[in-house]
Amino acid sequence: MSEGALGKIYTDGEVIIKQDAAGDCMYVVQSGQVEIVQSTAAGEQHLNLLSAGDFFGEMALFEKEVRSATARAVGDAKVLKVDKKALFRRLQEDPLLATNLLQTMSHRIRALSKQLADHEADSR
Amino acid sequence: MKHSSELSVLDSFASLANEEEAELSLSNGSRVAVVGGGPAGSFFSFFLLKMAAAVDLQIEVDIYDPRSFAHCGPAGCNHCGGIVSESLVQILATEGINLPESVVQRGIESYLVHMDVGSVAIQNQAGEQRIAALYRGNGPREGGESRWESFDGYLQALAKKKGARVLHQLITNIHWRKGYPCLQFADQKEARYDLIAVASGVNSNFLRLLEDMPAGFEPPRTTRAYVCEFKSTEAEILRILGNSVHVYLLPIPRLEFAAIIPKGEFATVVMLGDDLDQELVHTFLNDPAVGASFPSNAVPCVCSCSPLINMGARKRPYADRMVLVGDSGVTRLYKDGIGAAFRTAKAAASTAVFQGISEQTFRKNFWPACQTITKDNAIGRFMFGTTGILKRFRFLRCVILRMAAREQAHTSRKPHMSSLLWNMFTGSAPYTEIFVGALHPGFIGNLTLNFVANMWPGKKRKEVS
Repeated sequence: MSEGALGKIYTDGEVIIKQDAAGDCMYVVQSGQVEIVQSTAAGEQHLNLLSAGDFFGEMALFEKEVRSATARAVGDAKVLKVDKKALFRRLQEDPLLATNLLQTMSHRIRALSKQLADHEADSR
Repeated sequence: MKHSSELSVLDSFASLANEEEAELSLSNGSRVAVVGGGPAGSFFSFFLLKMAAAVDLQIEVDIYDPRSFAHCGPAGCNHCGGIVSESLVQILATEGINLPESVVQRGIESYLVHMDVGSVAIQNQAGEQRIAALYRGNGPREGGESRWESFDGYLQALAKKKGARVLHQLITNIHWRKGYPCLQFADQKEARYDLIAVASGVNSNFLRLLEDMPAGFEPPRTTRAYVCEFKSTEAEILRILGNSVHVYLLPIPRLEFAAIIPKGEFATVVMLGDDLDQELVHTFLNDPAVGASFPSNAVPCVCSCSPLINMGARKRPYADRMVLVGDSGVTRLYKDGIGAAFRTAKAAASTAVFQGISEQTFRKNFWPACQTITKDNAIGRFMFGTTGILKRFRFLRCVILRMAAREQAHTSRKPHMSSLLWNMFTGSAPYTEIFVGALHPGFIGNLTLNFVANMWPGKKRKEVS
């Protein structure tokens, strides 16, 4: 995926979205890397490392829940914000726009299923 | 109960109808020609091939464009201001298309609205660069070797990556043979296609070839814009204009509005109005408000043109096996032409892949997307009409400037006027939404307060942000 030029630059370690905060937008990484981490009782868990072209925060578009994880820059990262309103306005006219989002979410469910299966196999 | 012979006749008719319907759809091996390799043509090809691949449909797509975007100046130019709107940047990113640094010459952070009564900077509420200033072609004359790539060339490369062929051939004629559209070239050779998508814009001679066709295509109503390029060093352009588009609402007769867009070592001046001529251009560039923000005597003009722009939709931008996308058919009034090209091209591509390529199918599935734009344009025409009233009354310009400047200075205030100006000039929201925003009680209340405050005796204000 080629690197994008627009958005905002976040410096190393800077938090882009915070776990448990309210949100009404998603983000697309334009350049650099973004780490997704989740705070649990056992400490901070690394969930994913995203690079140019990857989305995050998309669950906030479809649920009224708070952010499920924290996203922070690894090195300098450029990230573009996609407003819920702009996206839903266009989705109404062009439902096929959701295809890319669904594809990403589908990949994530597949990866989670595999992780879960691996975890269960390890714990036996 | 129906008689058996009656059933068979009905079945025969039904099968005939189905066959006819089946013929007017794309199938494996179908050939599609796209006339014009600008954004509309490339978006159409990109989505057509992407959607076809998703349903295992194997088709061939040929994009015809005599231009090469590798050339500087008119040979590779698409005569356009070169702004990709905030809404389109976000939608493209959602589609997986992230505009690269080699294409985006300047990420825009704010719009500076200049009037004879003062100026105000409207900042992007998202606090980030979400508008792209770029060149559709490979830049103006005297661009020389530059590190920038053409936006149209970038989109064309995306379509090529999906499997489209780009052919630099000049089409000299189009005709129908046995129900199929055929393109004729300068060497008298012909090529038959299952579908032709016309994306040639309004500045191409190809649209004239369609006027004599039995489908009765009417050309869209057009007017002329004026675009000129000024050259300096990148640092100087950044110093003068910053990361802002400068918009001018001046009481100059015949001038609707004008904008100056910073791009690398160039600044693009775009003017819209009635009967634009050199005298009007000269008047604009010599206006004190323009001179204060853009000393054009310090940066020489290197390239200029007066392209046609689409001002009114075609009544029927489709026929059996033919569809018109982008400026050739329906576009947005004044703003976000590339966004309109994206919307119409994608609607046409999804219709062709999933529904069919008959006139009836395009009317049912593609035309509503065009109508959304044309209905919104009617509101837009009214909104831009109000700029005529603004130009007549200096007092009103002072009220608008005051309200916007105060909103920008106090970020805790709801930015009613700022949002209106931002959306009007960036083309980020539909005109209908802007109009509804202007009817909001908060907007009307604040406007009234600023109106009264501005009338208060003994206070002559000049608000400059």
